Amino acid sequence: MAGSPAPPAPPVSSVVIVGAGQAGADTAAALRGRGFSGRITLVGEEEALPYRRPPLSKGYLGGTVDAGDLELLPASSYADQGIDLVLGDRAARIDPEERSVVLDSGTRLSYDRLVLATGARPRRLPVPGADLDGVMTLRGLADAAALREALRGTLREGGHLLVVGGGFVGLELAATARGMGLEATVVEVGPRLMARALSPGMSEHLRAEHLRQGVRVLLRREVAALRGDASGHVRVAELDGGERVQADLVVFGVGVRPGAELAAAAGLEVGDGILVDRWLRTSDPAIHAIGDCARFPSARYGRQLRLESVQNASDQARCAAAAICGDPAPYEAVPWFWTEQYATRLQIAGITDGHDRAVTVGDPSGGRFSVLCFRGERLLGAESAGRPADHMIVRRLLAAGGAGLSPGEAARPGFDLKEYQGRSRQPA
Amino acid sequence: MAKITYKHPNGTDTVVDVPSPNTVMRGAKINNIDGIEAQCGGSAQCGTCHVYVDEANTLPLPPMHESEDDVLYGTACPRRPNSRLSCQLPVTDEIDGLVVHLPEAQS
Repeated sequence: MAGSPAPPAPPVSSVVIVGAGQAGADTAAALRGRGFSGRITLVGEEEALPYRRPPLSKGYLGGTVDAGDLELLPASSYADQGIDLVLGDRAARIDPEERSVVLDSGTRLSYDRLVLATGARPRRLPVPGADLDGVMTLRGLADAAALREALRGTLREGGHLLVVGGGFVGLELAATARGMGLEATVVEVGPRLMARALSPGMSEHLRAEHLRQGVRVLLRREVAALRGDASGHVRVAELDGGERVQADLVVFGVGVRPGAELAAAAGLEVGDGILVDRWLRTSDPAIHAIGDCARFPSARYGRQLRLESVQNASDQARCAAAAICGDPAPYEAVPWFWTEQYATRLQIAGITDGHDRAVTVGDPSGGRFSVLCFRGERLLGAESAGRPADHMIVRRLLAAGGAGLSPGEAARPGFDLKEYQGRSRQPA
Repeated sequence: MAKITYKHPNGTDTVVDVPSPNTVMRGAKINNIDGIEAQCGGSAQCGTCHVYVDEANTLPLPPMHESEDDVLYGTACPRRPNSRLSCQLPVTDEIDGLVVHLPEAQS
């Protein structure tokens, strides 16, 4: 699909967007921002106005951010911009021949272009006891509201939190829980934390911080079963090897399943996500898929990617909107990610997975440093703790192709990215 | 409340009344002014709400924190002496009449 020509630009008078998360809401805004004057219908399963998801596992759970603070836009903005919001309804099926979507309520919406922004749903491990009370996942606002109550209840009763999975969500949750004063254990099946996203050096830095904060981190361990009390509430986790861990609240942070069922049922090509081309078109050129649910070919990384991030959702929304408005360009945005745990703000520029050389710059012992990751001579990305300027500069280097900075130069004693950027921006 | 003028790279202006409490970034978002992305939601870490404050500005703006200064090292359009992150500019009566210029690109 990657070799097909840029899509033609027939006139489009109606766009239906399925999924009202960051990707869906940003698509609607980007269409209007580009001057699209046709009909826009944004369909969301949840009752809440489209909201920002990142604070759910941090400030919202911790109680410093409320649901109203999360709204991407006030209700009046959608009305002002002529965006039809259909909330609390779900797309039941797509009829690609007729170019229409049928909702659970029976409403039929016809489209010239359809944008699938169906997100992803959290996985649960199929272990005995996974359906006990007090076993939760975290994805949407309703999950977060229930978890917020459960955390407070567990704290009041002197209970213990067990987080299954040492990825973004699990570690942010553990950090938030410790901030509330809750005892917490993280069980991770892999050999290190955030192994998919981080180099070993940064991963270890994060583990050390969690240990300092009093989290019990168990690596290379699996939950074999969850056991409840007489009322059916989880109390104990049995690990492989037989160890028992107190677990009055269990949260699975073990990844997601992309929302591809609707697309698959409509006959679109899927495979760990909805498959799209460089213009984010599915196998039906009238249908785009964007955000967490879409698997796209990355020229930058030479493989197919499916990314779960605000940046990806937002940039793909703009890319799809541009194509719908007849101004298509392939999706080439530099990926970036962030997480906040305790006082550590960790930012990741690019995708560092697959690097063969890592160069650390800054002050690791003071917790402010970056790991620059190279494959051969090429910069793949960087992980920055408390070094936002490094992060921003690396994003610019990656946008320019990542070929300018060699690992040898980065490894020179005293190398500093701000100074490097100042030099490389000097006129020749 | 403050009247804020967002000047687009193509020479057009959008003038809106933005209620407090809000930021100059949020004022652009709620009015769907193209050219402000704010992917991080206003936490001074993505650099996609970059603006150039009008050079003739005399209205009092808050000083720049270190994190904002750091982020401005990597904006998509070059940093200038009048560069700010609009998420770090609260809307108050004191900045009524503020004029900001939107860069050509944010990401």
